[in-house]
Amino acid sequence: MLEIKNLHAGVEGAEILRGIDLVVNEGEVHAIMGPNGSGKSTLAQVRAGHPGFEVTEGTVTYDGQNLLDMEPEDRAHAGIFMAFQYPVEVRGITNAYFMRSAINAIRKSRGEEELDPIDFMELLEEKLQSIGWDDSLMNRPVNDGFSGGEKKRNEILQLAVLEPRLAILDETDSGLDIDALKTVAAAVNKLRRPNNATIVVTHYQRLLQYITPDVVHVLADGRIVKSGDKSLALELEAKGYDSFKTTVAA
Amino acid sequence: MTDVSIDRYVADHKTFSGNGAAGAPEWLRQRRDAAIDRFVELGFPNSRHESWRFTNIKPLVAQQFAPTEGAAAVELTSAELDPLVLGAPASSRLVFVNGRYRADLSKLDGLPAGVFAGSLAEAIEGGAAGIEEHLAQHTRATQNPFTALSTAFMADGAFLYVPEGLALTTPVTVVHVTTSAADKRVSHPRNLFVIGSGGAAAIVEEYLSVGQPSAWTNAVTEAVVCENGMLDSYRIQHESDRSYHTATTQSYQQRDSNYSSTAVVFGGALSRHDINAVLDGPGAECTLYGLTQVRGRQHVDHHTAIEHAKPHCNSWEFFNGIYDGQARGVFTGRIIVQPGAQRTDSKQTSNSLLLSEGARADSQPQLEIYADDVKCTHGATLGPIDQKSLFYLRSRGLTIEEARNLLTYGFGAEILGKIKLEQVRERLDAVIKARLREGSTWRLAEA
Repeated sequence: MLEIKNLHAGVEGAEILRGIDLVVNEGEVHAIMGPNGSGKSTLAQVRAGHPGFEVTEGTVTYDGQNLLDMEPEDRAHAGIFMAFQYPVEVRGITNAYFMRSAINAIRKSRGEEELDPIDFMELLEEKLQSIGWDDSLMNRPVNDGFSGGEKKRNEILQLAVLEPRLAILDETDSGLDIDALKTVAAAVNKLRRPNNATIVVTHYQRLLQYITPDVVHVLADGRIVKSGDKSLALELEAKGYDSFKTTVAA
Repeated sequence: MTDVSIDRYVADHKTFSGNGAAGAPEWLRQRRDAAIDRFVELGFPNSRHESWRFTNIKPLVAQQFAPTEGAAAVELTSAELDPLVLGAPASSRLVFVNGRYRADLSKLDGLPAGVFAGSLAEAIEGGAAGIEEHLAQHTRATQNPFTALSTAFMADGAFLYVPEGLALTTPVTVVHVTTSAADKRVSHPRNLFVIGSGGAAAIVEEYLSVGQPSAWTNAVTEAVVCENGMLDSYRIQHESDRSYHTATTQSYQQRDSNYSSTAVVFGGALSRHDINAVLDGPGAECTLYGLTQVRGRQHVDHHTAIEHAKPHCNSWEFFNGIYDGQARGVFTGRIIVQPGAQRTDSKQTSNSLLLSEGARADSQPQLEIYADDVKCTHGATLGPIDQKSLFYLRSRGLTIEEARNLLTYGFGAEILGKIKLEQVRERLDAVIKARLREGSTWRLAEA
């Protein structure tokens, strides 16, 4: 589904990713772990098509297409979704209006009929229930005045509404309390299908107590230094990131 | 004075005093005469004046506008006017065409007894209560030459008087129309709104053009809100893009009163609106909202001044502007906290969105605080569409054009969301969306 080969990328001439290789297949959940500054978020942003990052080498293929040639909206149309580490506030646009615009933009790109407000509200109600929310934040401007936890949950709500094939969670767990963490995990687990995939980017192991990854990768200094099964996350938690950094240096 | 640019207006005032205004009561004549004298002393401002730094009025001064008194009579029917009006389709509507009251286009049914709504000229003639007490008693004509000039020529406009304890349940719409007969002419609409103690009203004040006249509207509105009274006012200026608009809205509030003003500007080649609010009783609260959406070479200047004269008053200001093409926006937010006006709480926000490289906006807070126990905050944003927001929306599937349109619309929607009159909100919403669709330079620049 997603194949990354020798990816080098950076921002303003500074190289952050120094040769990433990664293959994600349908039905899999991958966790990418690493310390601050290891390139985790850059990798997530590059996949979503953030224009601020420059890819200098390597390829990213999604369902046989060259992902790097696709605009951010084309990636969304193709089923890629990124839950932002720092969700953006959108003044004047209500959450409900924003999500309806998003789902209809995607439907339109696929030649499907757009949802009218009533159909959309039905869908939204159902998704709200799945994350244990009422509609009180739906008529507020997007992320405006939301707490950190509310912003993160709002990303997961969008994930639930848009039902992507490939979801990338960029440090969605950072700053969440345990209840919010469980809600996020439950929502992600609920969306697991044989034909979709999830990449969880995280600094900490605790989210992985609730979302069981098929593969765990350790990222350090812009490279994947080790990959393994879920036990790797525990090993990481026990030994710390430093032990892995030394492996690279050696 | 050797300033020739004012000569024509002084001469026209002489004619006006001799003819149309000859039968005016003594107090009115005195106020007009004092105002023309003050206008002569002040002259037209230039960019060396602090409050006119960013607005060049030379094109207006150079034109030498004739009075609308001499303009041809205008044939205008309700059927022609109605579709142009954005204000509330309420049961009461006062219409003025080129400065003159038009009873045939106005509707005054459904107002409760004791309320006066009608032509100011007729009210003065009839000696209506409240006029002599308030007319031209609240504006700072001594400082602003346009207000002085307007006061010198004040003759007609809307007068609304809501007596003590009475709340109007439907809004009153005031429509000032300029037509091609007013081309190269100036009108001085004068409105006076008085809300008695414990009274309440909503007013929509609208300025529009029929056709594309290059007319000058020099309007003054005074709003008096007595103790515990409430006034919810909306001002929509969508005159022709060739017109000139100078205006002052002066509000005066007593104890525990509430005044809310929303100023929306779509029209005019040059538009300058001074909004002066005086909070003159403890517990008074004032909210000023502004929304500007302009393009081409339009220039819009909002100059606000809120005076906290007494303690325990709150004021909020929230102005959003959307500038496209070569358009220019100016926002000044002056807050004056007088000695003794303790526990003042004042918040000011101005956001300017620049949709093209040629657009420009200036925003300046001016805080003058003479009390020590006060809370005054101000914030401003200015610039093109935020790249982070754009990426966020695109990552959710919106095309770059859809994302830009949605973010731009949000600037307008943020202010529209504050409008309590649903029908007005819906109509303004439709105008903003239509103007977004009409195509803009940034889309061309993008390609």
